[in-house]
Amino acid sequence: MKERALQSESSGGLEDRIDAAWIWDRIARVVIFAGGVSAIVLIVAIFVFVANEGLGFALFDLDKGQFFGSPNWRPTTEPEGEFGALALMAGTASVTGLAMLIAVPFSLGAAIYISEFATGRTREILKILIELLAAIPSVVWGFIGLTILNPLIIDMFNVPVGLTVLNAGLILGLMAAPIMTTIAEDALKAVPESYREAAEAMGASRWQVIRQVVLPSAKNGLVAAALLGVGRGFGETMAVLMASGHAVHMPTSPFDSVRALTATIAAELGETAQGSDHYRVLFTLGILLFLVTFVINLLADILVRKGGGKRS
Amino acid sequence: MVASTVRTKLEVEDLEIRYGDHVALKGATFDVRENEIFGIIGPANSGKTSFVRSINRMDEMTPGMEVSGSLKFNGKDTSTWRNLYALRSRIGVVFPLPVGLPMSIYENVAFAARLRGLRSKAALDEVVERCLTRAALWDEVKDRLDSLGSLLSGGQQQRLTIARALSQDPELLLLDEFSIAVDPVTTMRIEDVLKELKKEMTIVLVTNLVQQARRLADRTAFFLQGEVVEVGNTKELFSGGAVDERTTHYIEGRFG
Amino acid sequence: MSQPTIEGFGATPLDIRNRRNQKAIRLAFGAMTIMLIVPVVIILALLIARGYPALSWDFFTTHPVDNMTKGGILPALVGTLWLVGVALIASVPLGVAAAIYLSEYASDNFLTRLINLAIINLAGVPSIVHALFGLGAFVLFFEFGTSILAASLTLAVMTLPVVIVSTRETLQAVPQSFRLACWSLGATRWQTIRKVVLPNSISGILTGVILEVSRTVGETAPIMFTGAVFFTPHLPVGVLDQTMAMSLHLYSVSTQVTDVPEALPYGVALSLIGMVIVLNSASIAFRMHLRRTKKW
Repeated sequence: MKERALQSESSGGLEDRIDAAWIWDRIARVVIFAGGVSAIVLIVAIFVFVANEGLGFALFDLDKGQFFGSPNWRPTTEPEGEFGALALMAGTASVTGLAMLIAVPFSLGAAIYISEFATGRTREILKILIELLAAIPSVVWGFIGLTILNPLIIDMFNVPVGLTVLNAGLILGLMAAPIMTTIAEDALKAVPESYREAAEAMGASRWQVIRQVVLPSAKNGLVAAALLGVGRGFGETMAVLMASGHAVHMPTSPFDSVRALTATIAAELGETAQGSDHYRVLFTLGILLFLVTFVINLLADILVRKGGGKRS
Repeated sequence: MVASTVRTKLEVEDLEIRYGDHVALKGATFDVRENEIFGIIGPANSGKTSFVRSINRMDEMTPGMEVSGSLKFNGKDTSTWRNLYALRSRIGVVFPLPVGLPMSIYENVAFAARLRGLRSKAALDEVVERCLTRAALWDEVKDRLDSLGSLLSGGQQQRLTIARALSQDPELLLLDEFSIAVDPVTTMRIEDVLKELKKEMTIVLVTNLVQQARRLADRTAFFLQGEVVEVGNTKELFSGGAVDERTTHYIEGRFG
Repeated sequence: MSQPTIEGFGATPLDIRNRRNQKAIRLAFGAMTIMLIVPVVIILALLIARGYPALSWDFFTTHPVDNMTKGGILPALVGTLWLVGVALIASVPLGVAAAIYLSEYASDNFLTRLINLAIINLAGVPSIVHALFGLGAFVLFFEFGTSILAASLTLAVMTLPVVIVSTRETLQAVPQSFRLACWSLGATRWQTIRKVVLPNSISGILTGVILEVSRTVGETAPIMFTGAVFFTPHLPVGVLDQTMAMSLHLYSVSTQVTDVPEALPYGVALSLIGMVIVLNSASIAFRMHLRRTKKW
């Protein structure tokens, strides 16, 4: 009965006892809470630091008409640089657009196959493969565009340059597809099995079940998957830098070289003097990128929430 | 240490428990006396489990659970306890479904003692053997104390849970439908243990088996749809002395 | 989920046609999946075929020479290890703390939704914006200069969501009943986390960390302006040194350097992708092993 003695000993004022365990619990609570809000602190910090360099320039010094209306990006001309970002936006849009044209149908198809048709081992293996594909670094993708796709495009289409919208779009499509497949598959899996069973019990074929029950119920999640793919393509840097040809040019065909917003920052930031107009306009591009991806992620999140599915 | 004068362990006064808009228990007022087995019977969703959870202030950990009214433990309102962990360490709880923590059998039973700062191997050994023996599990597991507690059978895990609760040396033992996952023979053995234990502690026994309350409880409360219908001496309640006819109907098995 | 069998009921021509349609549709979707995977497999095979000749013991253990047209990748390899190591030291404790908060403390309120939104955005912000942030915050504001420290912190911020999300999932997989049992024994929240929740999640957390390492290894844009350099003859000896890195080295030898023998960049690409695939496979294998040896 040693225990009991030990307990009654400390019985007096037990309810207010401040022991080591209690103190550690308080400390842990504070530290962990700080960790919990760190994500908020960091995302705010990112905006603040990028805006700190770029916002003042964007608001007071930048010619907005030129920025959004002119395709002439000549940041180093004297005495004043020309900062028309239209061609860069067009470059990003054309590459991302082409990538989505390729990636959306294929990843939706793959997601449907994995979620609705594949079973057991096949399913497991496909999921692992998709996961591994998603892990290939973007600089490797850029390298592939540069060394493998480039000569292939030149040969196949008999064009002088293979670093084009087509090249970057293909690369970006292959890059974004695994991620979109995973998210779309999550959305399909979130459709309750009972819906499928109910439809099958009425004699619907598997395809009818998919088309009339599964796809409509998963609609929000699927749109979110596509949106996140767009966000991913929009923000991709190294692959686009290496595969797009990096020429400031309003694209008129898939065989034109273009330059993307992200790639512009990556290529030019190293050569600018800190605090110069050129330096600051690159941060302004950063603000633009931040805001657009923020809105895309927000929309996707709202859609997923509404769809009741969960985001991995 | 049989109590010569009757002392009150728990004083419940106008207790109300809500989950958002849903009221799980309201207007509960009764006492639980020291060294008695206090039975709580009633059909599902009558607020029994919520009551058990409110005693050791689990509302603190349960999102959406709100408790109002007063619940005094040893004469002191539990809502004024600053160190809730100290409160919980004096109250043992056994849940309906057994929970073997994913650690060895030995560590399961030594856990509470370690939390209290007990270090010496000999003392821990003593606690483990004593508690497992009392929970009628020692003979079955004494040769494999190092194997995982969560891999025992359901009945064994429940006895492990009881041993773990006893290792706290609780002043109050809460048993919430402990026999759901236990076979009848083991249930009988545990019931015998409980009769012994009440010499040392107060026991609140929530049960869906009316006969179990009849066998064990000194006094019994009947909960129905969030209301405490009746509290009375078990013998009287079961021999037609119930005041409210719903109690009689339930005891006689007309609904439930 | 097998197709319902119709044989037993005497198949009508309609049934047979339907069944044939079903097969065709199944095949079409299967083909789409394959077409997503096959090009990548071909490309990887090409990488291996062209890069393999460049690989040798010397390739991994010597410095580049002659304007990086010859020699090995040792400084890039070592630099990447430094970058990853320092990034982990910063991001793992922070990420695990954030995951513990979300799994063990947070209730479903506005703050929690805000945190989740922030995590999604940390993962979604373009890597080049992270680079701008790293430059503005760590290189200039905190005056770490272009250094391993600045680059690693930038990487840490960028990959933080990977640790948070995978750790949170692992923690949430620990049954609530364990926590309840622990609390009712008088354990504090922290004791419950430390003695029951964390010990049973440690391997799951490790799985997430490996995944984070694989992400960190391949990132290029965030380190370009914060600490990784084109070439340095020295191996780093401290966190305030600049360093070469595998990912940037691949970019350099394939776009910035002229007269590189063809096999060299392929060798670098193959080494990089090899690291990433091995790390990812390890993470997946680890995860499957965990699923098989669950303790509850």
